Amino acid sequence: MKTLRPALRLVTSLLFALLISGLPNIALVASESFPTAKVNTTGLAVTDTEVTVGQLHSATGTMAISETGSIQAEQLAIEQINAMGGVLGRKIKIIVEDGASDWPTFAEKAKKLLVNDKVAAVMGCWTSASRKAVLPVFEKENGMLYYPTFYEGLEQSKNVIYTGQEATQQIIAGLDWIAKEKKAKTFYLIGSDYIWPRTSNKIARKHIENVLKGTVVGEEYYALGHTQFGSLINKIKLKKPDVIYAIVVGGSNVSFYKQLKAAGITSDKQTLLTISVTEDEVLGIGGENLVGFYSAMKYFQSLDNPNNKKFVEAFKAKYGAKSVIGDVTQAAYLGPWLWKMSVEKAGSFDIDKVAAASPDIEFKEAPEGYVKLHANHHLWSKLRIGQWAADGQAKVLYESGLIEPDPFPKGYQ
Amino acid sequence: MLLAYTTSELTSIFTMQGFAGLSLFSVLLLMALGLAIIFGQMGVINMAHGEFMAAGAYTVYLCSTLTAKFAPSFQPYYFLFAIVAAFLVSGSLGLLVEWGLIRFLYKRPLDTLLATWGLSLIMQQAFRSTFGAREVTPTLPDWLMGSFKPTASIDIPINGVFVMGLTLFITAAVLFFTFKTRSGLHMRATVQNRMMSGAVGINTKVVDRLTFAIGCGIAGVAGAAFTTIGSTGPDSGSRYIVDTFLVVVFGGAASLLGTVTSAFGIAQTQSISEFFLQGTMGKVATLLAIVIILMIRPQGLFASKVRRA
Repeated sequence: MKTLRPALRLVTSLLFALLISGLPNIALVASESFPTAKVNTTGLAVTDTEVTVGQLHSATGTMAISETGSIQAEQLAIEQINAMGGVLGRKIKIIVEDGASDWPTFAEKAKKLLVNDKVAAVMGCWTSASRKAVLPVFEKENGMLYYPTFYEGLEQSKNVIYTGQEATQQIIAGLDWIAKEKKAKTFYLIGSDYIWPRTSNKIARKHIENVLKGTVVGEEYYALGHTQFGSLINKIKLKKPDVIYAIVVGGSNVSFYKQLKAAGITSDKQTLLTISVTEDEVLGIGGENLVGFYSAMKYFQSLDNPNNKKFVEAFKAKYGAKSVIGDVTQAAYLGPWLWKMSVEKAGSFDIDKVAAASPDIEFKEAPEGYVKLHANHHLWSKLRIGQWAADGQAKVLYESGLIEPDPFPKGYQ
Repeated sequence: MLLAYTTSELTSIFTMQGFAGLSLFSVLLLMALGLAIIFGQMGVINMAHGEFMAAGAYTVYLCSTLTAKFAPSFQPYYFLFAIVAAFLVSGSLGLLVEWGLIRFLYKRPLDTLLATWGLSLIMQQAFRSTFGAREVTPTLPDWLMGSFKPTASIDIPINGVFVMGLTLFITAAVLFFTFKTRSGLHMRATVQNRMMSGAVGINTKVVDRLTFAIGCGIAGVAGAAFTTIGSTGPDSGSRYIVDTFLVVVFGGAASLLGTVTSAFGIAQTQSISEFFLQGTMGKVATLLAIVIILMIRPQGLFASKVRRA
């Protein structure tokens, strides 16, 4: 440079400056209108060009079966957001941690993400047990969790956004439909033995007995991973309920439905409604074992609307034509988008401001259709009844209006 | 709860309930047979036993996928060959594991426990990496599904009958092998007194390897049979392992007859208590009964009368 004369130096630097400003450099523009010092006053991992979020699911262990779909959907959403220019002009960088289906590990990794990595938000958890394990960490370290799974309710936190349904959103409208459609009066409640099925069946029982004026002829629970349902099936045959209401989860699901079929309990003779079978589970159970049974969910892959068509197409393009999308996968896809909109509404990455901006955020492009965040950090959503076909897809027979989330339902506890 | 029903209803329910018990019995027995040989006869605590079952189940899944792809017309028959394949795959895996790991640990039973547990984790991860974390189900031939109806109100699941038949066959084969063949004689001799067997010219190393491989092969068959009942995931094996050890320990480790009796006892207790109590409580009642009996008879139902070195 020493050989350059001052004038020449001036010209080169001018040219350089022109070149830079001429480039469509979004980051530069963004950090001008949203300077990092302003949008990040609490020391989160936000730079002029990048914002870091965490992803905390089980990639290994028992729950990997269920959580894989959520991991994929969240990454797809983040990729799409980045392609659109990111959040407040910053590209999203993901730090992936593995909760390994072990609840203490979840808590430990949550702490790592919040304390060491200073992530601006975490997309994660699947089971209620893992959420309960990380909740105190998120509240103490003031983090933001986007939780995708439909769950039992009875919880609400400033630091969590629940993108799945709480129990009443999934149970009540479904029971109303089956009672009206099938003139059902007697119900047999079955579940895997842990908090979600038990709480859900409690709500179902109250609704059946107090509102629908029906009878619960049996209610029982089997350990997770139980594979022998012979005795249960005989009891069902003896009591002949109008509806089997099933909340069996995980590997047990497969045994349960195969054995029902083998024992001659099929949809032409028996109505069955479940809130624990999505397209993901059907992949394991086999559509032929479920033909004609009903699921109550807010989302089915077969939903016929332009948002969903785009979503399914993008998902399959990224993860293969054979991949399926279940209810929770779709809910997980909403997380990054809702976070992006809340951040943009708040004009800040600060957790407190994002939490405060969250209520009334509307997402019109959601694959499930319009959703809106409630002040209680749950989503207004619809309930749909799908009937399974042999190809593993559901035919949507009924769609409710938008249901208000009510995580602490009165009269149901 | 039974008073409100007619006699014919009760008859059909009890028939089906009896069958449910027998079906559970054959499942438990099939699970335990392989372990009864490895743990009972050889004294190796094989924590990876469940994973050998899963290997068998995955073999069936693989056969199913290959059949669907290359020979769809063969679909109704592939399952029988898949069972044989499952035996061979798990058996040769067992052979490999014995050669590479177990044979160094015969004199250190507690280390075997740790080593095989590590092996089970490795195998689980291998399944996960190969077949994915999702549970898979092979497409089963139609003749295996559905039910057999002797009367209008009785349904006997055909897959249950199939598992029962298979169990009967394997049990008979194991008993025949152990008590009627020369290799079986060698195996029993080695179990009773390794040094003496070596002295009379039995190649105990080969016997060990073969025994372990056969035990694993039977686990593979069990895994194959379970694809008719449940799904297969990377950690299916760990679901089975507890029940498997329960049956073998309860029966008295060294006795095949004990294994059969214990499987029968546990299955009937569980299926009857599940019918009259609730699901989880049925299991509690069964485990409680087992704990009490093991407190009274720590050696299990059938203690081996052999003096151990």
